[in-house]
Amino acid sequence: MELFVFQLLNGFSSAMFIWLVAAGLTIAFGVLGILNVAQGCLYMLGMFIAYTFYWNLGMNFALSVILTLISVGICGFLLERLFLRRVYALPLEFQLILTFAFVYILQDAVRLGWAPVLLQIPLKPHLLGGNITIPIISRAYPIYNLFIITAGIAVFAIVWLILDKTWWGKTVRATASDREMANAIGINIRTLFSAAFVLAAMVTAIGGALAMPFTESTCQVGAIVIPTTFVVTAVGTLGNLKGAFIAALLIGVVGSFATFYFPYLELFTMYAILAIVLIVRPQGIFGGG
Amino acid sequence: MSKFKELLTPKRIPSALLIVLAILLLALPVFGKDYYLYAVIRILILALFAFSVNLLLGYTGLLSFGQGAFYAAGAFTCARILLARPNLLLGIICGVVIAGAVAFILGWFSVRHTAMYFAMLTLAFGMMIFGFLQKLKITGGAMGLWGIPRAPLEIPYLFSISMKSMSSYYYFVLILSSIAIFIFYRLVHSPLGLTFQGIRDSESRIAFTGISVRNTRWLCFVIAGMYAGLAGALLAPLEGAVSPQVSHWATSGDPVMATLLGGMYTFSGPIAGAAIYFMLKEYAVGVAGEAMNWMLILGAVMVALVLGLRGGIVGSLQQSLFPRLRARFAERSSHEQNDIKH
Repeated sequence: MELFVFQLLNGFSSAMFIWLVAAGLTIAFGVLGILNVAQGCLYMLGMFIAYTFYWNLGMNFALSVILTLISVGICGFLLERLFLRRVYALPLEFQLILTFAFVYILQDAVRLGWAPVLLQIPLKPHLLGGNITIPIISRAYPIYNLFIITAGIAVFAIVWLILDKTWWGKTVRATASDREMANAIGINIRTLFSAAFVLAAMVTAIGGALAMPFTESTCQVGAIVIPTTFVVTAVGTLGNLKGAFIAALLIGVVGSFATFYFPYLELFTMYAILAIVLIVRPQGIFGGG
Repeated sequence: MSKFKELLTPKRIPSALLIVLAILLLALPVFGKDYYLYAVIRILILALFAFSVNLLLGYTGLLSFGQGAFYAAGAFTCARILLARPNLLLGIICGVVIAGAVAFILGWFSVRHTAMYFAMLTLAFGMMIFGFLQKLKITGGAMGLWGIPRAPLEIPYLFSISMKSMSSYYYFVLILSSIAIFIFYRLVHSPLGLTFQGIRDSESRIAFTGISVRNTRWLCFVIAGMYAGLAGALLAPLEGAVSPQVSHWATSGDPVMATLLGGMYTFSGPIAGAAIYFMLKEYAVGVAGEAMNWMLILGAVMVALVLGLRGGIVGSLQQSLFPRLRARFAERSSHEQNDIKH
């Protein structure tokens, strides 16, 4: 039982990073209709920018996360305005290839700007470092993992509130379901697309910034995280936020147990889930029909 | 001279170019250094790999980011066979067959989806193979296999040709890939190839004619997998070592870029694209030195291509340059006819 809860918590904390990338991917896909292969690279960018603010410049952790959000948001804005905007009308292949090109560009940019090898893991911020004893598992557990789980759920709640309860969220959903109609009733689609993509980039950047004191930062991170994210969004139905959240938890927890019990089959279990879901429900667990 | 002009009608330009290219390629070992032979072999391998992508993308309308899985299947099978039994032909045939078998299994899952989902699934499956190869003992784990001999081309009791020198392996790859390219040409001009293109253009109309769209896509996936497997199987004896990196999605991206660079709705696009992509990469690596910033340059070129030159290089030539040439030829020949009349 103790071990079970321990592994469950580990699974949840690693699931949150996948979820934050998947959330960005889902928002961008839902609104802009573009599958952004470079979403993982925005995560990586968040990681490295946060590293600079927090570790190199010695800023407060909260402040550095906020500054990271703003910087990656600006990157997202430029990416949408200068490049993505030009391919909305093109066939899918060109959109995928354009974002794929940015995987190359961002990966090399990070390698140039920061380090060709991995950066050491910085010390965790004062309040979030250290361990806490949890009664159920009766052993010390890192506070930071619990913080990540809380933050992931909080982001889910905030994004859900924004998209579901605010006026702006309504216009976003209207645009996602019928672009032409939304345009006709006077929604400024160009601005909305930029804003939605900035939101997507920021959500993903939170994941990167929070992962920075947790795992090593390498320029490979973007390329590593994206296949997992694709599995998660495919399992939880592409374009469905709730589905992405549940699927991320599922993949994270199963991965955590698999790493413990069958270390050789760690990657395999993830794809086994994908295969099973695709056979039983090709449209994903939250797809209609 | 006028006789030469008569022979070289606009329609014959492509075949004339082809003959010149064939003579150049056949004569290359006579005057070329080993590096050039190596470069041409790599270009041919990349071209076969790009054909595999283009069969799916250009002809059937499915973008796969996971062809590295079959490339790796071909490479590792061939490597394993050559390490156990040094017979080049056996290794390559087994590589192609195993790659086809892997594509048969993964294809069944993948072709249940199209467009976006298909791209995501193939990427995920490619990474699954990557994950497997990292752990699998028989393929050497994360280190991969090395010391793969460039075994002689041999049919027992009939003949045996040594492949030790680069030039003999060069001829072998050249002949084999020419055959593969010829088969590909026949394939895409066959009724089956037309069905592929029909699915790309209008899925529902093909379904109305009673053809199973999913099974045709599945078949296409398997054939594409076999081409990727052939490319991988040719790579293993050339390099003498294979690492799991060949199944990484960055490797799967190479043929996609080559195809796009050359032009995906053209037959020769992937070949031209492979040559340009390879040279671009070599040049970028040369310029960037050991800093490995070639990806930045490559990415920028890709962005420029998507935004500006969507037909690819061959596609753009066919659309703008060739018609202009043809028009000029037509003009000149009409002038000549006028001269004769006068």
